[in-house]
Amino acid sequence: MISHLTVLPVALPLLTAMLLLFQRHGQVRFKRVLSVTSTFMLVLISSALVIQADSGEITYYALGNWQPPFGIVLVLDRLSALMVLLSSLLALGCVIFACAGEDVRGSNFHGLFQLQLLGINGAFLTGDLFNLFVFFEVLLLASYALLLHGGGKARIQSAVHYVVLNMAGSALFLIAVGTLYGATGTLNMADMAVRISHLPAEREGLVMAGALLLLVVFSLKAAMLPLYFWLPKAYAAAPAPVAALFAIMTKIGIYAILRFYTLVFGEQAGGLANLGQEWVWWLALLTLVAATIGVLASRDLRQLIAYLLLISVGTLLAGIGMGSTAAVSALLYYLAHTTLVTGALFLLAEMIGAQRGKAGTRIVKGRKMPHSSILSLAFFIAAIAVVGMPPLSGALGKVLMMDAAAGTQRFWLWPLLLLSGLAGIIALSRAGSTFFWRAQGGDDNNERISRRQWTGVALLLLTSPLLVIFAGSVSEYAQATAEQLANPEAFIDALLINTGGAQ
Amino acid sequence: MESLFAITTGILSACGLYLTLRGRTFPVVVGLTLLSYAVNLFLFSMGGLTTDGPAVINGSNNEMADPLPQALVLTAIVIGFAMTAFAIILAMRARGDMGNDHVDGHDHAKHDADTRKDNVLKERQR
Repeated sequence: MISHLTVLPVALPLLTAMLLLFQRHGQVRFKRVLSVTSTFMLVLISSALVIQADSGEITYYALGNWQPPFGIVLVLDRLSALMVLLSSLLALGCVIFACAGEDVRGSNFHGLFQLQLLGINGAFLTGDLFNLFVFFEVLLLASYALLLHGGGKARIQSAVHYVVLNMAGSALFLIAVGTLYGATGTLNMADMAVRISHLPAEREGLVMAGALLLLVVFSLKAAMLPLYFWLPKAYAAAPAPVAALFAIMTKIGIYAILRFYTLVFGEQAGGLANLGQEWVWWLALLTLVAATIGVLASRDLRQLIAYLLLISVGTLLAGIGMGSTAAVSALLYYLAHTTLVTGALFLLAEMIGAQRGKAGTRIVKGRKMPHSSILSLAFFIAAIAVVGMPPLSGALGKVLMMDAAAGTQRFWLWPLLLLSGLAGIIALSRAGSTFFWRAQGGDDNNERISRRQWTGVALLLLTSPLLVIFAGSVSEYAQATAEQLANPEAFIDALLINTGGAQ
Repeated sequence: MESLFAITTGILSACGLYLTLRGRTFPVVVGLTLLSYAVNLFLFSMGGLTTDGPAVINGSNNEMADPLPQALVLTAIVIGFAMTAFAIILAMRARGDMGNDHVDGHDHAKHDADTRKDNVLKERQR
């Protein structure tokens, strides 16, 4: 049983999605119970995976018992276990929130949600480049449908852009995979790392072209500067639980960059070592600048949060661009914090919008909210966490990031990171004071906020203080993960030991 | 054969790219389809082109076709079909909901015509 644990984060959502498909027009209650139970199980499973991975051992699960590098493998190391745990935690908050009524606005919300989880977890666990493509497609197709959930003009329009852009991205992904396969003759990432270390010189150009093309695809997913324009519109239009789940989608791009480039283009890659790192560093800084401007210019709370998400993307990518072990460990801590808190903010925005009636989440004067005191408290906590003010986890994450910058990197990163934080404070305090203090009139209807919505938000928000209280163990784990990533030999040995190094 | 293959793939992807950049949803969908054809052909050729090579090693023949790209291209075709079907439905839904088939949701030609008509009406009133 324990050896099959690795495949469960992929198999369980698939099974649940199939069961939900049978019950597509069935009882709402049954669907909700099944979906929440399954997601909760997923949290337990992924916690077990994190404990297993924390021993430092890298294990793989050979599907159909085809040994690597010939078969498809799922690989469990510290990084993938952490990412799976993050995605299932976020999903649990979202799915509980959705049970308050968002899930019945269209058909089969829960089934699609589980399929999306299948794609996300699969992308985190796979050790095979083509399989990564397949899981990307699974999660994209589910995300297209989820983005459209409930319908409406804004959603359709942003979905057209999102779908067309991602289809073009998929085409690029295939071209890149094809080029890399043509040049190295393998699709297994560990095997590719071995083969690139003794690559004939005449193929170096081909590998470089393929790898940089792949970087374009991953940065489209991660929303790096020239490729982020789809994000604010799509995230602002998506239904709240979906937008919150999408908070992890950009992290998939970041994970893919981290995984693929540290493994394949590490020290052992010779002339191709650290390929693309310069690009990521400078573009990450530019992303920070653009997102800061976007935060200040947003006129809608949801759009504002989408730009805050972009700031976090820029920060995380800068961590990859710095490349040192300290930077990677800092970025992993920040990643855990930003994913969960941004998710909570998206959910909170929906609750605020629902209370304000016609004004919605637009940052304009509106009617008084019946539950403004408790909502404003939650908004305040989330805002402090997301912009990185002490005492919550954002501050710690940013300090770790800034501490990791070395030499001239400090000169660039510090002002940009601090200015983006300042812009976040200005924008969020403007939004908050408009929402809660400049409100007037309004009838005193005491419409209650669903307890499920509160549970979802509280679950995600609570992680921020928890990340501070357990900062020691979390950052130790992040540090160990970064060291594991810096030594791709361990990864390669774990996968290819049975085949004698696979020459 | 290599040059024919390369030229075909190149022309297909060039046409696909051009159409994808058009302003209306139908050419965009057709462009994406062409692009996926080009990608499938490219994937097919990534193991090197062989003629009459067996896909499974039969013991005697050294000149064998790489079976992996064939498996990959099959997967890519299936996924491509699903995506194209989805894009078409989405385009039709967008046409229905927005009242026009422009990718950005605004019918600029109609808007221009309307402003011109308004201007003419204003002139007449004067």
